[in-house]
Amino acid sequence: MPAGLALGLLLLPLVALIVRAPWAALPSLLAEPTVVQALGLSLTTAAISMVVCLVLGIPLALVLARSALWPAIPRRLLRALITVPLVLPPVVGGVALLLLLGRRGLIGQWLPFTIPFTPAAVVIAQVFVSMPFLVIAVEGALRASDRRFEIAASTLGASRFTVFRRITLPLIAPGIASGALLCFTRSLGEFGATITFAGSFPGTTQTLPISTYLLLQTDPNAAIALSLVLMVVSVVVLLSLRDRWVPGVLA
Amino acid sequence: MKLKTAAPAIVLVAALALAGCSTPEPAPTETAAADTLSGTINVFAAASLTGSFQALAAAFNEEHPDVTVTFNFGGSSGLATQIVEAAPADVFAAASPATMKTVTDAALTDGDPTDFATNVLEIAVAKGNPGGITGLEDFANADKTIALCAVEVPCGAAAAKLFDAAGIVPSVDTYEQDVKAVLTKVELGEVDAGVVYVTDVLDAGDAIEGIEVDSAPVAYPIATLSASANREAAQAFVDFVLSSKGQSILKAAGFGTP
Repeated sequence: MPAGLALGLLLLPLVALIVRAPWAALPSLLAEPTVVQALGLSLTTAAISMVVCLVLGIPLALVLARSALWPAIPRRLLRALITVPLVLPPVVGGVALLLLLGRRGLIGQWLPFTIPFTPAAVVIAQVFVSMPFLVIAVEGALRASDRRFEIAASTLGASRFTVFRRITLPLIAPGIASGALLCFTRSLGEFGATITFAGSFPGTTQTLPISTYLLLQTDPNAAIALSLVLMVVSVVVLLSLRDRWVPGVLA
Repeated sequence: MKLKTAAPAIVLVAALALAGCSTPEPAPTETAAADTLSGTINVFAAASLTGSFQALAAAFNEEHPDVTVTFNFGGSSGLATQIVEAAPADVFAAASPATMKTVTDAALTDGDPTDFATNVLEIAVAKGNPGGITGLEDFANADKTIALCAVEVPCGAAAAKLFDAAGIVPSVDTYEQDVKAVLTKVELGEVDAGVVYVTDVLDAGDAIEGIEVDSAPVAYPIATLSASANREAAQAFVDFVLSSKGQSILKAAGFGTP
């Protein structure tokens, strides 16, 4: 019974979205240049964010996985800090990014260029909120992987890089894949940090969730149609994960 | 088990105590005698009314101490949508006739709305005007960083009209979701200037400086809602907003009289 309630709570709002969607007007709404622009920007930035998360997040996951040997306090602190963006309201994350990288920010004031209101800011905001997903997924895979393979490879004379490339990476590949897809979908849905840090300008920083929110003020039907697009993209991505998105199970 | 049986008893005692509280005094003074209002009213009000309506509610409670006023402040368009979707609202105060129209079109107001205040736009710059903004002409300069409200919300629609009337095409860097978001960007120094209401500039205090512009006043309509469960108190609140006492509070916040 509780499981049914849980499923209902998760699914029924989406059912309502599908029922209320203006199906007849959908094709023309989705052909609107502003919608196409916002969707294109969302897909591009989310894809770049995913790549950035991979490049920066995998090394961080390695450090986190190896931190099992550290004293308890720095180990727990590191883990807590990495997961903070997961629990932080995204708007607060956006303000924090402004205070760091904005025109008068801690670092931003020394930069020869400005970051806010550019697509780069959209990517930074997305990476900020989605990187923890990748780090946690990859770290789970690393912990569940059998280290004896790596040790065996080392004793046979493989360099550390070769061990990583030939042994570790293939072992944790499913974890990386699921983490990357979670990153992508979370970036696609990012709203609060983006509108706060990157602002909202059509074609530059106005992603699909932002234009959905703005449309909701004047044209709820169009907003519902856009929500549907976001939902379909997300569901397709998550379906491609199948059951692999629980780290630890995949070993 | 003891706790379980005790709980209803506590509720009963509390209910009796509350009932005792709301019983009118047996020997009323003249002002208290006039007031038979009690209960709660939910007032949905435009974000730009936040400060002044809180002050209004405090003054209202001096006359009607048994009425609890609960606020839902937000963008007028969003509030109108919430009311249409059956949010439990007793009073709606909107920042533009257009957003009020969403609610009157759905036949959800109790009678016609009344304009209770007007507001004008003003240029907002950070303290000291670091961007060197002098007037609306600077908004066309691509080197200046500019924030406006999105055209979907009232402050954005009003700003668009303002620039149309002035024959200026602003070089905008970001269209924000509401007037407070524009102010935040100005206050943090991320943009050189934004267009907000004069009341927002006053409300923001020292961090923000305003530059007057020649803009047409926007009317703020208020109405009680037909779905209200406490119509008398809702009407009393609207009457208070329109009373001379209410109007002086709004005037102090920078609003004009309609």
